[in-house]
Amino acid sequence: MTAPARRDAHEPTPSGPGAPGGGAPATPGGTVVLGTVPSDSHTWNLVLLQLLLEECGFEVVNLGPCVPEELLVEECLRHRPELVVISSINGHGYADGLRLAPRVRARPELAELSMIIGGKLGVGGEAADRERGSRALLEAGFDAVFFDAAAADLRRYLLSGERPGEAAAAPALEEEYARGELAGASSAS
Amino acid sequence: MTEAPLPAVGAVDFDAFVRRRASAGALVVQPRMGFMDPEAMRAGLAATRAADATTVGTLTLDSYTRLRDEAALATALAEGRPLNGYPLTTHPPEVTARMLAGLRGPDFPVQVRHGSAVPRHIFESMIGLGLSASEGGPISYCLPYGRTPLAQSVRNWADSTRLFATLRERGAQPHLESFGGCLLGQLCPPSLLVAVSVLEALFFHQHGVRSVSVSYAQQTNATQDREAVAALRRLCAELLPEPSWHVVIYAYMGLYPVTPRGAYRMLASAAELAVRSGAERLIVKTVAESMRIPTVEENVAALEFAAAAADTVRGWTGGEVAEVDADNEVYREAAALVDAVRDLHPDLGTALAEAFTKGYLDIPYCLHPDNQGRTRSYIDEEGRLRWADSGDLPFGRGGDGGGLAGRARTVTSAALHADLHHVRYAYDADEGPADDILAAVALPALPALPPGP
Ligand code: B12
Repeated sequence: MTAPARRDAHEPTPSGPGAPGGGAPATPGGTVVLGTVPSDSHTWNLVLLQLLLEECGFEVVNLGPCVPEELLVEECLRHRPELVVISSINGHGYADGLRLAPRVRARPELAELSMIIGGKLGVGGEAADRERGSRALLEAGFDAVFFDAAAADLRRYLLSGERPGEAAAAPALEEEYARGELAGASSAS
Repeated sequence: MTEAPLPAVGAVDFDAFVRRRASAGALVVQPRMGFMDPEAMRAGLAATRAADATTVGTLTLDSYTRLRDEAALATALAEGRPLNGYPLTTHPPEVTARMLAGLRGPDFPVQVRHGSAVPRHIFESMIGLGLSASEGGPISYCLPYGRTPLAQSVRNWADSTRLFATLRERGAQPHLESFGGCLLGQLCPPSLLVAVSVLEALFFHQHGVRSVSVSYAQQTNATQDREAVAALRRLCAELLPEPSWHVVIYAYMGLYPVTPRGAYRMLASAAELAVRSGAERLIVKTVAESMRIPTVEENVAALEFAAAAADTVRGWTGGEVAEVDADNEVYREAAALVDAVRDLHPDLGTALAEAFTKGYLDIPYCLHPDNQGRTRSYIDEEGRLRWADSGDLPFGRGGDGGGLAGRARTVTSAALHADLHHVRYAYDADEGPADDILAAVALPALPALPPGP
């Protein structure tokens, strides 16, 4: 599994939805705005994450491919979601994410909003980049960053209130493959 | 376009090149390849050219260029932030001309692949550089690639196709490949892929481009895939006004196997499909596909492996195209789709936009706002892709749409996850498809798994 990088790695337990410092919502429910970065056209990730979030008890506003920053901001203001999930796999998630988070945070109403990003965020995959990349994205305004994570990591984050800082043991994809991932996990929901 | 005299382009005719090589018994193989840096791009093209295979080159463009985000391009280039492809319209033309110098030519055509529904700037760059082969289509470069309204994409593509056709005045034969055989890459029943490929080829003809290729991406079942390519060939023979066309197979475009052996099996199966179905060209995928953009070496290994796999299969078949029922289910459905769309309006662009409004064309799981989203697909017990719900697809009007009865299935994340991973799991298993080819063709040195997190 891939442990997410957290904005506040010292927070003892994830707190409720929208809590400052951005823990995972302990009790599912409410609205999630789901989208991707402006340059990313991949959508299977969005379709799958939508189903998963719905099964976790959220109502999902799926913004679809290539979400312009303005649109994301508007939709957040309109829905006031519990959580914003940005999923990107085209390799530009890192660069686009750095531009996007400050745009959202610039709106005072959205300064405290819980907002996470994950997927295949960079082009290339050295561990060093991943760590540096996660840190930069946290600084830019995300509450948690899931570099090269699997969908199951999102589920775990939402439901279990896992503690930050657990070491990533294996590449997410391999692990996902070995475990059959969601097929087994979803019966628990 | 400018008044300045444009350089002569020479007679690089992509389709003629491919068909010549194919009739001499070679499967033309091509990478998906695009690097930000001109030096790296040149090295990639040079290695493609030098590979022990009959190859054509590829320039795959990055996502910012596709969407014309000039601010993001400027920042990325200034800060050296890596892009996921070659920024053709941002590098000065002299830089690209130098990058290509001595590489492309009558024996090594280079094709530009980009995924843009707003492609005018890209076509202008190509024309300026005398790059006469590209890819796309008003549907296939729109619905899978963002949120540009379909009607706008149709206008843009009509306009760019006509512009591209002017290359003929400079002695070149402009060539366009439809990306219709891929669409979202996975879980689309083959008849819709075949229909869109054919319709886009007709669209290119309507706007003056006469040298075309039609695509088909390998799906979940080898027999169904062969039926699909047979259907595609039959429809092209029936409908395209000129014989200057060929078929290109894409190695699987969905979630790819993660093990190196699984990845090569997948590629061997794709090469087998190409040979057994009489396709002329194959676009390969590499061992890195499931994780990241491949290196030049990984691409060369894939090209050489695919060429060897194709030769092996050709040795078995003697070059005979496998017999499949020409009136198969894929053909009947695809013909029904093509006919229904063409009946909507004599201008194909108008017909295509209307077809999506009416749900005559409707891509399963596509989130684009102009897609009705009333169709669903699933993989049956034999591994064939089928319609779980065919929505408003006009199957009443031609084929019986065998097996189409709207089976309502509730889709859970686990079920969708399983269907998305069907191919990956089958090819990563201990024993899998194409093991007979793998026994005959040496696997490239298998890399250690790429660095994990
Ligand atoms: C299908 C596909 C396409 C289709 C997409 C159609 C569509 N509308 O969706 C098409 C063919 C159009 C396409 C186009 C491109 N693609 Co593509 N594509 C793929 C492919 C084969 C499968 C992706 C997929 O469907 N995934 C399904 C989802 C469900 O699985 P997943 O990707 O593993 O996502 C999981 C995790 O990432 C995680 N996750 C995702 N988001 C989040 C968020 C959080 C918070 C968490 C916790 C987890 C999480 O959960 C997801 C579900 O399990 C992959 C390669 C592969 N994986 O085999 C390449 C791939 C993603 N594509 C890639 C690229 C680069 C492109 C292009 C830019 C073209 C190019 N230069 O090659 C264009 C995109 C243009 C653009 N503007 O973005 C690269 C990305 C490289 C990188 N990141 O470094 C890949 C990896 C291929 C490669 N090896 O080069 N692609």
